[in-house]
Amino acid sequence: MRLRNFNIGRHLRDRLHYSWMLLVLAITMIVPVALLSGLIYKSSFLLSEQSFFQILFSNQWKPLSGKFGFYPFIISSLWVSVVSLLIAVPICLLTAIHLTQYAKRWVLNLMHPVIDLLAGIPSVIFGMWGILVIVPVISNYIGPLFGKNISGYSILAGAIVLSIMIIPFILNILIELFRHIPTELKETSLSLGATQWQTVKFVLVKKIFPGIVSAFGLGMSRAFGETIAVLMVVGNVVHVPKGIFQPGYPLPALIANNYGEMLSIPLYDSALMLAALILFVIVLFFNFLSRLIIVKSNIHN
Amino acid sequence: MNKPKINIQDLNLYYGKQHILKNINTIIPERQITVIMGPSGCGKTTLMKSLNRLTDLTPDCSVSGKIMIDGQNILNTTEDITKIRKKMGLLAQRPYPLPMSIYNNVAYGLRISGRKKRRFLDKRVEHYLRQVNLWNEVKDRLKEPAGTLSIGQQQRLCLARGLAVDPEIILADEPTSALDPISSQTIEEKFKELKNQFTIVMVTHILRQAKRIADYVIFMYLGEIIEQGPAKDFFENPQEEITKDYLKGLFY
Ligand SMILES: Nc1ncnc2c1ncn2[C@@H]1O[C@H](COP(=O)(O)OP(=O)(O)OP(=O)(O)O)[C@@H](O)[C@H]1O
Ligand SMILES: [Mg+2]
Repeated sequence: MRLRNFNIGRHLRDRLHYSWMLLVLAITMIVPVALLSGLIYKSSFLLSEQSFFQILFSNQWKPLSGKFGFYPFIISSLWVSVVSLLIAVPICLLTAIHLTQYAKRWVLNLMHPVIDLLAGIPSVIFGMWGILVIVPVISNYIGPLFGKNISGYSILAGAIVLSIMIIPFILNILIELFRHIPTELKETSLSLGATQWQTVKFVLVKKIFPGIVSAFGLGMSRAFGETIAVLMVVGNVVHVPKGIFQPGYPLPALIANNYGEMLSIPLYDSALMLAALILFVIVLFFNFLSRLIIVKSNIHN
Repeated sequence: MNKPKINIQDLNLYYGKQHILKNINTIIPERQITVIMGPSGCGKTTLMKSLNRLTDLTPDCSVSGKIMIDGQNILNTTEDITKIRKKMGLLAQRPYPLPMSIYNNVAYGLRISGRKKRRFLDKRVEHYLRQVNLWNEVKDRLKEPAGTLSIGQQQRLCLARGLAVDPEIILADEPTSALDPISSQTIEEKFKELKNQFTIVMVTHILRQAKRIADYVIFMYLGEIIEQGPAKDFFENPQEEITKDYLKGLFY
């Protein structure tokens, strides 16, 4: 009899836990959906008056006369995140390979917390560091090297700061990927007469290639959404940038700089909401793509 | 007994402070099948790995003694380590196909050593796949990822891949333990054929398999060689008590 009661209690608790989990799950599902529908609703005001493609591809940003062209912001965002990725890719790959394949154990054990620490630094600090170090370096050294006389607030500054921020994030994923390759695979390649470097190049990287691609995809989506640090060093000039030494004005910066001000201008808030929607969708897209690649490759292996 | 191919003298191996291989002294004859037996954890895999210096990969591993292969001490040599490793084809407990096509798995070792001519590779790939009785099963799907083959096919592919670098020695660590009976039999029969050309060292837990194919047996226990000798003597007339118990199946 006691046993039975005990069992009922246990089942009840089990049920309770189960419904709790369902609730929490539901909340985590509802939030993004609510966010998305809110953004769609708000931006519908602008979209009902102007064509979406007009907005996407026009570079006229004149809110006072009702012109909301996002083209400069989208291009700026692309510039900053692509350049930051170009900086981060080789650094991350080589570091991960070195740490997992060549370095002594203790080096990796030491680096792991350091990388985590780096990943946890608030982005505003990276922004400040960008203003204090990167911007002057670009203005005084890198710019003149290419014969440019510039302030330093530029796509390049934003990209460098961004890359420093996404490197620890990507690096962590890559290290995990490399560490989970079975030793036997490495042994196989070596036993066939390959050198360590050949093994890395032809076997290990290949084995986890989909994972590498999606790690960078996730990094890209982070870079695309990062706001404060970029905003502080990128210059925030509304124009379509034509090179890394020019200033830019990425989408997140547009929203952060302007939301809450000048909302008396008709459709202005709707335009910012549309900008947020576009950002949201792009970031979601990169995330989704990266995860898709992982899932696909898991099925294959 | 054939002429010795591998001569191991006073081999001691430590992982950190753990003494794994203790005073190993043995001779592995050329072109015969030498079977290493012993209970789990006694150091069989470690001994195999030290033969082609894969133990180098473990950071805190230290080795002393000599492993003479064709008169050259591979533990202390100026020769390129990749050359030494190429002398030995490795077959692991489970097949580990390289993440590439069936064709490229076999061609990998050749490409690595600079043989890149397509016609040459085509011929070699076919030759080795035939040698392991795999050609007919895969000839229409050479471009498919090797991971799509069945486990038994994969293991034969791994054998072909190992043979393709033209080794002198085959190191096989429980090569049939993940395989079905038919695939196991194929591998066993291959080994019996291959011993005309290669020196084969094989670890197995399966007593009957050892009896079927061994020419020479090494029995290990807790990191030491307890008994070794020609298969007939070993199985019919074991000297040590531990060996007798093991052969009776009293422990694994
Ligand atoms: N990389 C390693 N680092 C530390 N210890 C290890 C390592 N590899 C193996 N060992 C230890 O060495 C001993 C021998 O292992 P080994 O794999 O050679 O045994 P085995 O005879 O092949 O066993 P099995 O029949 O189960 O395969 C074990 O105690 C194992 O824990
Ligand atoms: Mg073993």
